[in-house]
Amino acid sequence: MTSPLLSVRDLTKRYGDRIGCKAVSLDVWPGEVLAIVGESGSGKTTLLNCMATRLEPTSGSVSYRMRDGAMRDLASLGEAERRLLMRTDWGFVHQHAADGLRMRVSAGANVGERLMAVGERHYGQIRDTALDWLGRVEIAADRIDDRPVAFSGGMRQRLQIARNLVTAPRLVFMDEPTGGLDVSVQARLLDLIRTLVAEMGLAVVIVTHDLAVARLLSQRMIVMQRGRVIETGLTDRVLDDPQHAYTQLLVASIPES
Amino acid sequence: MTVPLLSVRGVRKSFTMHLRGGVHLPVVDDARFDVLSGECVVLGGPSGVGKSSILRMVYGNYAVDGGAILVRHPDASEPVDLASAEPRAIIELRRSTIGYVSQFLRAIPRVAALDVVAAPLIERGRPMAAARDEARRLLVQLNLPETLFGLPPATFSGGEKQRVNIARGFITDHPVLLLDEPTASLDAYNRDVVSGMIEDKLAKGTAILGIFHDEVVRERVATRIVDVSAFSARRAA
Repeated sequence: MTSPLLSVRDLTKRYGDRIGCKAVSLDVWPGEVLAIVGESGSGKTTLLNCMATRLEPTSGSVSYRMRDGAMRDLASLGEAERRLLMRTDWGFVHQHAADGLRMRVSAGANVGERLMAVGERHYGQIRDTALDWLGRVEIAADRIDDRPVAFSGGMRQRLQIARNLVTAPRLVFMDEPTGGLDVSVQARLLDLIRTLVAEMGLAVVIVTHDLAVARLLSQRMIVMQRGRVIETGLTDRVLDDPQHAYTQLLVASIPES
Repeated sequence: MTVPLLSVRGVRKSFTMHLRGGVHLPVVDDARFDVLSGECVVLGGPSGVGKSSILRMVYGNYAVDGGAILVRHPDASEPVDLASAEPRAIIELRRSTIGYVSQFLRAIPRVAALDVVAAPLIERGRPMAAARDEARRLLVQLNLPETLFGLPPATFSGGEKQRVNIARGFITDHPVLLLDEPTASLDAYNRDVVSGMIEDKLAKGTAILGIFHDEVVRERVATRIVDVSAFSARRAA
């Protein structure tokens, strides 16, 4: 049997007296999509940021299985190692594309920059790969020299995904990737994410407050309330037979579809 | 002696409705039956008696309060207890052993009917073209108009969606197949087609557990009927 790609043990994050998330333990397995759901303020983004080393936990640990197979406590990584990991083996898709893209350089450069971080130097090859990736996220080739400031919200989000996936990461964190988009744009983006994740065999940890997004993309789900994990399980089991009062409330609050 | 592929042993299920003041609804109590290879066991009894709950527990879609649900892949020496298995083990069981045809198709936006049907084979590593050929063969067999193959099923009629759903559930060779009223929205002709497809599965040794309200279909495919009233938690109430 395989071993987990990422393990969180007893992780707590406090902001002064306030609790971000408390005593969370979980594993992420290779190739699976894990959804973290809950309302705003439930601690899901705090947890995601701690997992992705964007926040330092108050206590507890996050470890990751590096490409050489060794499980490393992420707190023990040096800054250079951590940056390399984030630029190559990981992706992070932000809710606001402006947080994940460089808005004043071209679409092609946004994708190419990550390739250069893994050592690619040949300009022609970088451009070819960038073109290929723009195609895979359904951005027309003639937009390669345009800057993302000129893109629509859906296009920016697709570009952010291309930028993250071009280095063939093994783990991608997503924070409300479809938040704030029109429904039709959302459906297209979800379909794209679903297809790419399956094709590349990516592991994904996705934070969403949208249970329909969780159902469509994830195999397993974690429900958070007030910083704690209150229910976990197979996504369809949690949604079709929720056990906890708060999960029942969440499920009962969405219209039948 | 044939070893059952599916063995339900003393299974209990109740619902606690926290939003309704914690009302406790017992549904199934001490359900027990086996399904052997090549057998079609039909869950019988009036509606509300817990047939769907049993089927959903066997798929891991509903939590189980007590008892065991042993599922055995024909090539495995030991069964897996689905009632206590970790989510990852259930995902693996669904990939390797248990197929499920639900009553309603949960349509995925933008995906064409042909690809909805071919997806389970592609997930199992079958090349795209071969998987699509097989999907086409099934949809033709189920008389879905060819003009619909390239369209997402969201706008299809109930009967069309159900045929897409059946094709998707039948395209794999899962040793255990669960059917939740697969013929409910079909006309007599297509009900016949589906009955024939079920018989083909049985001839290949698939163990089938199903709910069929349609008497004609039930008479034709059922090898045994298990009366769920006997396990109903409400029988004493």
